[in-house]
Amino acid sequence: MNLAELEKGQSIGTREIPVTRADLVRYAGASGDLNPIHWNERFARAVGLPGVIAHGMFTMGAAVQLVVDWAGDPGAILDYQTRFTKPVPVPDAEGAGSPETGGSVVTVSGKIAALDAEASTVRVDLAVTAPDEAGKDQKVLVKAQAVVRL
Amino acid sequence: MPASPSLAEDLAGRVYADAPVYSVSREKIREFARAVKAQAPAHHDVDAARALGHADLVAPPTFAIVVAQAADAQLIQDPTAGIDFSRVVHADQRFTHHRPIVAGDELSATVHVDAVRSLGAGAMITTREEIADAAGEPVATAVSSLLVRGGEEE
Repeated sequence: MNLAELEKGQSIGTREIPVTRADLVRYAGASGDLNPIHWNERFARAVGLPGVIAHGMFTMGAAVQLVVDWAGDPGAILDYQTRFTKPVPVPDAEGAGSPETGGSVVTVSGKIAALDAEASTVRVDLAVTAPDEAGKDQKVLVKAQAVVRL
Repeated sequence: MPASPSLAEDLAGRVYADAPVYSVSREKIREFARAVKAQAPAHHDVDAARALGHADLVAPPTFAIVVAQAADAQLIQDPTAGIDFSRVVHADQRFTHHRPIVAGDELSATVHVDAVRSLGAGAMITTREEIADAAGEPVATAVSSLLVRGGEEE
């Protein structure tokens, strides 16, 4: 990829990331973050949440994959930051459905926000949304920015 | 005045440097990559990682959170710090990679409490984990803001 061919405001694409209860258990195990708000409905409600919610770090980690696949090298992500603004509720599967089904969908889209020819880097800003418990789309990550070396 | 009734008044400025060394394995990179739905071949296939010039499998960009949070246990579990982890909400996160984390790395993380400020009945704690390799060279810097919710107003 050539920096000269890129321009500010250009889209790098959009992606929908399904997230199920099974995904949250996998993330809990892989990350070591075993907080029960991410897998136990009773516990999540007892602390005032609408139900089980995704780990903020799951959403942050999955959202950047759009940038990684665009850049072609995970090692090209020099800096990545976000604020966690709203939880992502992850409902259980309907009825007797497998925990690999149901859940929610996080939508990620990215655009080039800045180019630095001298450093040979671009900054990609991500818009990351997911439905709240009422089904209304919310910005779940804000100021999600990745600096990529080209 | 302390930022929150339970937090130590001298929390800001504390440094925790005794976390055990974290050994990065290929299988942990693959497991973490699957967990964040990362499909780049450089996370899974050693030849693909080497073709990009990396020494071994490359960790996903947010993998450093595993190393950082393991080191944070020293702070969270320090009874003199006074942090009630059940009241902690992750407010923001940043990773700066000085070089990619790869399988085979032996990483040490030092936790710095950079700031503590009052926020209503609670407090916002900013921590910074400096992650270095076995040679002492910087690998990644992770900065987290943790909101410790106040106890009375809900």
